[in-house]
Amino acid sequence: MMADNEIHTADLDPILDRYARDPNALLQVLREVQELHGYIHPSAISYISVKLGIPRARIEGVAGFYSFLHLQPHGEYRVLFSDNITDRMQGSQALMEMMCQQLWLQPGRVSEDGLVSINTTSCTGMCDQGLAMLVNGRAITRLTHQRVQEIGHLIRNRTPLADWPADFFRVEDNIRRSGPLLDNTIAPGDVLHAALALGGKDIVEAVKNSGLRGRGGAGFPTGLKWEACRNAPGEAHHVVCNADEGEPGTFKDRVLLTRQADLVFEGMTLCALAVGAQHGYLYLRGEYRYLLEPLQAILQRRRDNTLLGKNILGQPGFDFDIAIHMGAGAYICGEESALIESLEGKRGVPRSRPPFPVTHGYLQQPTAVDNVETFCSAALAIQMGAENYRAIGTAKSSGSKLISVSGDCPRPGIYEYPFGVSVHEVLQDCGAVNTRAVQVSGPSGMCIAESEFDRKLGFEDLPTAGAFMVFDDSRDLFEVARNFVHFFAHESCGFCTPCRVGTSMLKQTMDKIAAGHGTQYDLSEIEHLDQVLQTSSHCGLGRTACNPVLHTLKRFRPAYENRLKSLDFEPAFDLDGALARARQMTGRDDAGAHLKPEDA
Amino acid sequence: MSDTFQLDGASVPFEPGQTVMQAALAAGHYIPHLCYHPEFKPHGSCKLCTVKVGGRTAASCTMPAEVGLNVESNIEEMNGLRRTLVQMLFAEGNHFCPSCEKSGNCMLQALGYDLEVHTAGFRHLYPDRPVDASHPDILLDFNRCILCELCVRASSEVDGKNVFALSGRGITKHLIVNAESGLLKDTDIALTDKAMQVCPVGVILPKRVGFSVPIGKRRYDQRPISAQALDDAPRQADASGSCAACEGTP
Amino acid sequence: MSKKLRIATTSLAGCFGCHMSLLDIDERLFPLLDLIEFDRSPLTDIKHCGPCDIGLIEGGICNAENVHVLHEFRKNCKILIAIGSCAITGGLPAQRNHLDLGSCLTEVYLTEPGLAHGHIPNDPELPLPLDKVHPLHEVVKIDYFIPGCPPSGDAIWKFLTDLIAGRTPELGHGLIKYD
Repeated sequence: MMADNEIHTADLDPILDRYARDPNALLQVLREVQELHGYIHPSAISYISVKLGIPRARIEGVAGFYSFLHLQPHGEYRVLFSDNITDRMQGSQALMEMMCQQLWLQPGRVSEDGLVSINTTSCTGMCDQGLAMLVNGRAITRLTHQRVQEIGHLIRNRTPLADWPADFFRVEDNIRRSGPLLDNTIAPGDVLHAALALGGKDIVEAVKNSGLRGRGGAGFPTGLKWEACRNAPGEAHHVVCNADEGEPGTFKDRVLLTRQADLVFEGMTLCALAVGAQHGYLYLRGEYRYLLEPLQAILQRRRDNTLLGKNILGQPGFDFDIAIHMGAGAYICGEESALIESLEGKRGVPRSRPPFPVTHGYLQQPTAVDNVETFCSAALAIQMGAENYRAIGTAKSSGSKLISVSGDCPRPGIYEYPFGVSVHEVLQDCGAVNTRAVQVSGPSGMCIAESEFDRKLGFEDLPTAGAFMVFDDSRDLFEVARNFVHFFAHESCGFCTPCRVGTSMLKQTMDKIAAGHGTQYDLSEIEHLDQVLQTSSHCGLGRTACNPVLHTLKRFRPAYENRLKSLDFEPAFDLDGALARARQMTGRDDAGAHLKPEDA
Repeated sequence: MSDTFQLDGASVPFEPGQTVMQAALAAGHYIPHLCYHPEFKPHGSCKLCTVKVGGRTAASCTMPAEVGLNVESNIEEMNGLRRTLVQMLFAEGNHFCPSCEKSGNCMLQALGYDLEVHTAGFRHLYPDRPVDASHPDILLDFNRCILCELCVRASSEVDGKNVFALSGRGITKHLIVNAESGLLKDTDIALTDKAMQVCPVGVILPKRVGFSVPIGKRRYDQRPISAQALDDAPRQADASGSCAACEGTP
Repeated sequence: MSKKLRIATTSLAGCFGCHMSLLDIDERLFPLLDLIEFDRSPLTDIKHCGPCDIGLIEGGICNAENVHVLHEFRKNCKILIAIGSCAITGGLPAQRNHLDLGSCLTEVYLTEPGLAHGHIPNDPELPLPLDKVHPLHEVVKIDYFIPGCPPSGDAIWKFLTDLIAGRTPELGHGLIKYD
């Protein structure tokens, strides 16, 4: 932690210079300032404001938007426990409590000596690695009682993070089942050679013929997107790879960026050729900060091998390069227009559409935004040939899909299947038994019950971005839904009224039921909120925020009903508890100082 | 003859580039709204102007007008939604009308009246939002902020000052001012700024003039907002897209 | 003529302004009294509420006694109406809601100048304050709301006559007021 007088604004010059004082790089500058100082000091904001020519209030607004940026000191060591439902099922709350006790502090508060703060964060994408936390933005996996204690000691001794045991930071790939994508033998440059032989227009045709659809969940035909971007007039076209893998329970892009980074970049370069772009951006979620240096090394190798930069593969005029932009803790930036806003250094608020990014994207120029897996699959499709690619999967869902399996099963990890695989088959392969429910495609997706396990993954039936969370018969689906509702309330950008307020009201209602104050009125309230969120939200976050509740209410209604207190109206709080502070202040404990249940 | 779409059974002409809201107001049809202001680019955040189009719903202020659209606005389904959105805004902030000097001139309140909103219905959040009285001539009462960003837009686009911005996100999103101290007195705001005139609620207030018009004699005490909103809106855009009403307004 | 409707009224954390406004319906009180009779109310001085058709409550819930009275009304009244800003939003008393009750009590009774040897009252006769002030609908089910600070006599008259006539009450422009 830095005291006021220790902030040397001159420290900021190398950072500002590295980004050429480009106002669009504001988020990157802030992220690096945060890494340098541990938080973003008011005087740093004023300095950046002058140097980048951005009003300081706007900078403060950007810094205030992202969870990983702090405007106040947050401790030399900032510990964030991953707080997905699958983490909670493995006991993350108890571990966090233990660590708070060990270090004498309360969650969300900085210790009095300014050494450490402990809090929770949305799913870190480490669901198959045991319990996980981020320390100063670095992921630590396979947390146990013992490991957390060791971390506590390292923090107390002020051991620099660089000197912590490397094993703490190990992230396994856990590939359990591979297919054409993960088994590919493509060497760097192979696809680009094939692509150059085709030319931009034919690449688009080939991608269209391959039947490839976006792997981020929505399933928009990739070829059509590239075509629209190619045909859009503009001064400069852009290619953006969405690696903001924030949907709880999803981690396949992390594995692709670890194992198949060349294929990702090859796919982006292919797209650049197809749409006529010279600039590409990989938007990498902040939780995957540890991948930044390895990915940059790969980009450099590709530049050295003429696979990026000027005249790629010696082809005059084929110029394309890729920059990596780090996110800073905002799920909403996975939405493509919010991602573009974030790339431009702004608050990650989804834009009003139309216009769409293919015509007015990054810097209002035509922009193709695709998921990590989509770029890999496009490269694979070009390499295999459209017809061969199309032969994999089903009629409307061609190719293979990476599934991120987590939760109650002995073999969590990455499974590659041709589209059309049944839920049952995935469950069998991962060894799940006594499964009560599966959350397909994360909180915004679908929760399905045992009677539906013969349903198939694919755009015809169960579309999925890849998350596959397994819940066995020991799990309470109400708590699953409540965790997801908290997630949406935390991640709402706050732009539109229904989502900003509605997700908070929904959270309150679920907490009320959890606290044993729920009634039938609250179930009606949920249905009402759902309708408002679905009909008037600005983007998909608000529209799907009620899904976890609606799906579980439909399939597991008793999990809710068992918790209802009565059929009559009940307040959301404990009336007697509301007198506790006054009892404490007056020292009274007589009968009149209590509200007994029979008063209610 | 220009192209038209249908709004609650009436035929509404529009110019290319107009949104449903812009065309509707220009043609003399009111659609309830809060964050929309005829002099600014549509924002689309309050969602009060949500309408039904061919079975789907959309914010009419940002939805491009198209030939043949069948827009339903003044129907119970949409008014019910608007009622809930107004209730949400009342529950979110601290809207204590009896002590607010904007009462009677407040758009949120006027919409509540028009929609027969008798209660916020939800649990009130009672957020802690200290006022900023630092400026000698201007009071900022954040308790009433509905986050429409009109002051942000006015200060940036018209005044060229960027006095206001938003920070935080979700339910903790809040208005901030452009000063290291965080205080309005350290910004370059002036009483004559456009940003002083656009707040639909009672956040940005000039000091010492609050009750020059007594409660009961104020704008929305006279006539409902639905009968007055059209007075503010440009009625007929000329070919260049600008209009007399926009230019005439300070 | 059918049986008169029985109405109870009370003021909780309010200022009796809404009751004053009820009296402001002036000479219309006489036709009203042909239709209704009062149970518990400051107008009758009946101390406890019996079975009623309508309960009218002004003021929010700020202490334990308010909770008891509210529950008594909810148990006995077929229709329960929150009247006025305080009953509907918490109103003026709820302006303390963003403060900790303990620091409010400390400041008022211990640290304010002029209160040397002061102490926080702890007489069992006094109702204990709740940590937050709540509008009525956060504590029991409320059927109708008449906003205003206070609502005008005309608004109350319109609302009650609608209700007595079996119409869903509507106020309309000029009668619906939050201030």
